[in-house]
Amino acid sequence: MKPGLLPRLALISVVGLVLAYLILPVLIIVPISFSDARFLRFPPTGFSLRWYVEYFGSRNWMDATGVSLAIAILTVLVATPLGVAAAYAITTSRHPLMRAIHLVLMLPLIVPIIIVAIGIFFVYSRLGLVATLPGLVLANVMLGLPYVITAVAAGLQRFDPVQEMVARSLGMNRLRAFLVVTLPQIKASVVAGAVFAFISAIDETIIALFVSGGQYQTLTKRMFTALRDEIDPTIAAISTLMTAASFMLVLIATSRGNRRDAQG
Amino acid sequence: MAAGVSDPSLRHRRREQGLMFLLASPALVVVLALVVVPVGWLMGQSVFDHGFTLENYRRIFVEPIYWRSFSLTFRFAFEVTVLALLLGYPVAYVATAVGRPWDILIMSLVILPFWTSVLVRAYAWLVLLQRTGVVNHLLADLGLIDEPLALVHNELGTVIATVHILLPFMVLPLYSAMQKIPRDLLQASASLGCGPWPTFVRVFLPLSLPGVLAGLTLVFVLALGFYITPELLGGGRTIMVSMVVSRNVELYDQWGAASAVGVILLACVLAIFVVVGRALPLDRVLGHR
Repeated sequence: MKPGLLPRLALISVVGLVLAYLILPVLIIVPISFSDARFLRFPPTGFSLRWYVEYFGSRNWMDATGVSLAIAILTVLVATPLGVAAAYAITTSRHPLMRAIHLVLMLPLIVPIIIVAIGIFFVYSRLGLVATLPGLVLANVMLGLPYVITAVAAGLQRFDPVQEMVARSLGMNRLRAFLVVTLPQIKASVVAGAVFAFISAIDETIIALFVSGGQYQTLTKRMFTALRDEIDPTIAAISTLMTAASFMLVLIATSRGNRRDAQG
Repeated sequence: MAAGVSDPSLRHRRREQGLMFLLASPALVVVLALVVVPVGWLMGQSVFDHGFTLENYRRIFVEPIYWRSFSLTFRFAFEVTVLALLLGYPVAYVATAVGRPWDILIMSLVILPFWTSVLVRAYAWLVLLQRTGVVNHLLADLGLIDEPLALVHNELGTVIATVHILLPFMVLPLYSAMQKIPRDLLQASASLGCGPWPTFVRVFLPLSLPGVLAGLTLVFVLALGFYITPELLGGGRTIMVSMVVSRNVELYDQWGAASAVGVILLACVLAIFVVVGRALPLDRVLGHR
């Protein structure tokens, strides 16, 4: 089935245009962040680092960046072991209840975030967790768990569990057998899951709009508020840095193992 | 040897089951505490105000502002989903048809924006589409327009940016469904005298339908609850359901109304998943998120 040259060229141009639509808006912020104009012009009129200087020189932006990084790192430290344990249980157990548990663990992807956000806001206000580090980390752990579980479960499905049983039959306890035999072989999936939980925590905006604030205001909440008022090119500089960081992280996550892990 | 270890004595199996539930429980507790409990609380709140009442729901059905918002949101989600399918299908198709390394390149161009902050992409679209923005300047410089076009702070800008953000959720399930279609089948069809177009319509398209269904579901459901792009690019005129929820909380402190609207939105989403779940296992729909 070889279609003619013309339909094929048409198809390829359509796909080229769609791919341009996908990637160009992400790239366009880079030249704008290096522009010296207060107002946005493309192509930019002159080169300058003033928006980067503004970002790194601003106490407010730096504080918000610190808060977001702290939340993301703590989120990964909590969500990764929790997600690995749950993924192990889900792939090992055949109990019918485990399917229901799996479904519940995927709820953060199913329920619209805005509903979760106001629900959490309501519960946190009763418990005094609004604008606290534990409150923000916990919410991001919840959002990150499906990513870790999906990536690790995909890794475990390709892993032959007999290897772990052999190690145990040779006298290792279950935990050691897992750590020494299984974990090294699913490392790529675990890293991918952790990276995605990290990116998800850095990017999370909607819950942060409701429950971050005061001393614990996230970078995305500051950006969102700034964008609602005016289009400040400082945000182009921040966006460029954020995009570069997540591109790098995704490359790390996807190059470490099978590409399927990354898509999970 | 393996059989010896997993000796199926009942007590052993029970202990094994117990251990598995124990392993899953910390994650389960987190999701129960941060999704199920808060959403359950909202549900209760939507019908309790010093005693049981359906007033919050009655208002939604009576006051036109709520109706307008729900119909606007469904139309918006529908437009976004159709556009995503029209743009996404050719991309996934070409990605499965071309060999290495082009498929990797195409899918990387799909996945990289997927992992870029939604906020960053909303900002990029503001920069591109506003009155003094890149697109308007470009069109004016080319002499195509005299007056800047109103591309943003309206529904059009919201749709353009939302399709951009949700397109990967369409392409990924399409791509994985198309990858599973055996190439021999297409060759067989061709060797039996079927032309490329009939082969596509009668063999390839039907076999790609599970991916189409998964993509449609994901994009539609996500668009229904979308908040950031309508808020930043909608210009205050396109009030989506998600914005009604947040405004009732933030501006008016109307928890009962916000909860009721949220519960109806959630009911719509769950209904869609239940209906689709009958045709397609849910993990296949969600696996691409």
